[in-house]
Amino acid sequence: MPPDIAVSLEQIDIIYRAQGNAGGGARDSGPAQAGDYHAVSQATLVVHAGEFVSIVGPTGCGKSTLLNAAAGLLRPANGSVSIFGVPLAGLNAQAGYLFQQDALMPWKTALDNVAIGLEVAGIDVATARDKAEHWLAQVGLQGFGARYPHQLSGGQRKRVGLAQVLIRNPDILLMDEPFGPLDAQTRQIMGNLLLGLWAQERKAVLFVTHDLEEAIALSDRVVIMSSGPKATIIGDYPIGLARPRDAMDVRLDPGFHAIHKAIWEQLRGEVMKAYQGVSA
Amino acid sequence: MTFSKRTLLALQILVAVVALGIWHVGSSVPIFGVYFLPKFFFSTPWDVAARIVKLFSGTLIWKHLGITLTETLLAFVIGAGGGVLIGFWFARRPLINAVFDPYVKMANALPRVVLAPIFMLWLGLGIWSKVALGVTLVFFIVFFNVYQGVKEVSQTVLANARMLGMTEKQLFRHVYWPSALSWMFSSLHTSVGFALVGAVVGEYLGSAAGLGYMIHEAEGVFDTTGVFAGMVILAAFVLVVDGVVTAIERRLLVWRPDTAGRNG
Repeated sequence: MPPDIAVSLEQIDIIYRAQGNAGGGARDSGPAQAGDYHAVSQATLVVHAGEFVSIVGPTGCGKSTLLNAAAGLLRPANGSVSIFGVPLAGLNAQAGYLFQQDALMPWKTALDNVAIGLEVAGIDVATARDKAEHWLAQVGLQGFGARYPHQLSGGQRKRVGLAQVLIRNPDILLMDEPFGPLDAQTRQIMGNLLLGLWAQERKAVLFVTHDLEEAIALSDRVVIMSSGPKATIIGDYPIGLARPRDAMDVRLDPGFHAIHKAIWEQLRGEVMKAYQGVSA
Repeated sequence: MTFSKRTLLALQILVAVVALGIWHVGSSVPIFGVYFLPKFFFSTPWDVAARIVKLFSGTLIWKHLGITLTETLLAFVIGAGGGVLIGFWFARRPLINAVFDPYVKMANALPRVVLAPIFMLWLGLGIWSKVALGVTLVFFIVFFNVYQGVKEVSQTVLANARMLGMTEKQLFRHVYWPSALSWMFSSLHTSVGFALVGAVVGEYLGSAAGLGYMIHEAEGVFDTTGVFAGMVILAAFVLVVDGVVTAIERRLLVWRPDTAGRNG
């Protein structure tokens, strides 16, 4: 496998085992049994080094599940996960993960939350803090280091989370609806911040969202997932919009509308299926 | 309704003055030849105040206070230490927890006062029987809180910490430990209070020093003034200890959003 492929998910199945069924958890392989939830089936996805890929799909379709498989937090029942050509065993040490929910340690200040990733890697505290100051400034939070998470707004907490992940200089960024809980304006500001940081380092990004516009505005490629159970990847759209982009202005681009229309036609069917599944 | 701090303070003082006034009149002024609060059973505010002044002009009271404080602190430190260790151990080892669960529940259901005579038999009339009683009270509060704290660590925070490269040891130090401590500190008022209850009840039941002993001794000779004076000193002592706990809590739980609004 060429080394420029950062993340490769090949034909993976993810099954949440019901309690009492063989193994328990999603760790074991084997076919689904009664009561198990077959979340993802035969999903194949490749993210190249330096590529920004978004996964879009209806609510509850297993987008986050796919991301957790790439992170090594979940083990697929079938299929394989490779990171830069090496099969993944345990957690993905080359990846940084930005969670949807609040994941900062509430008992640490913003600065300590950012510095911790270096501290646990054995870097001395003074150096780690210097670097953390730098990264807080990078995400626009200079002077906020002494605040505790509860003293920050939702958007500011996401910025700290971003700095916390980026300070470790991961080759791959996994993002699970990171801006989901934020209001529309803050989301766009965060989108631009992310694009700016990404342009500097060009990491491989796997970005999960339910917001198609956000996905198109940020990505090189948008993949569509079907509704669950047995969700899989059903569409793959390259986004040819010029870079550098502005996450807000790009939405006014005529090319943006053409892409949006094409993807939405496919996505709409899946969204409707998911809604019928919920109401049934 | 709004009121100023000064009005509030004035009203609070008024309550004390009225209560003391009723006590004074009932015990010192005969109404139709009858004392509503006979001195023998109720003493008088002046006598109690005079006794407190007299006690604090001597040195013996400091010895009693020192003994009670020592017992309280020892009971708290040993009980909390044991609670933290065992709480952690049980939370991380589900089998151990499942095996011991009925016994823990049984021990916690037992009214601890009945253990006091046993402890006196085992440990004598010195401070250690009181410490042991306090420990049995403090241990369970801290134990249950720490257990809960470890169990209820946010799964997202935990997954994030793992993705940031933490080993099991580092998870313990940076995630489980602070989470468990925050639960322990949230029960700090209760557990320190119980440590004090253990000490005083233990002293009351049999000892040669401490505030509980002082009150018991006064009661033995129908010295109502001494009993009331002891109670007032005990109440003041509890308020001081509680104030210290609040100050410690403010400092240690500064990261918690609800600290400011909490009251013991």
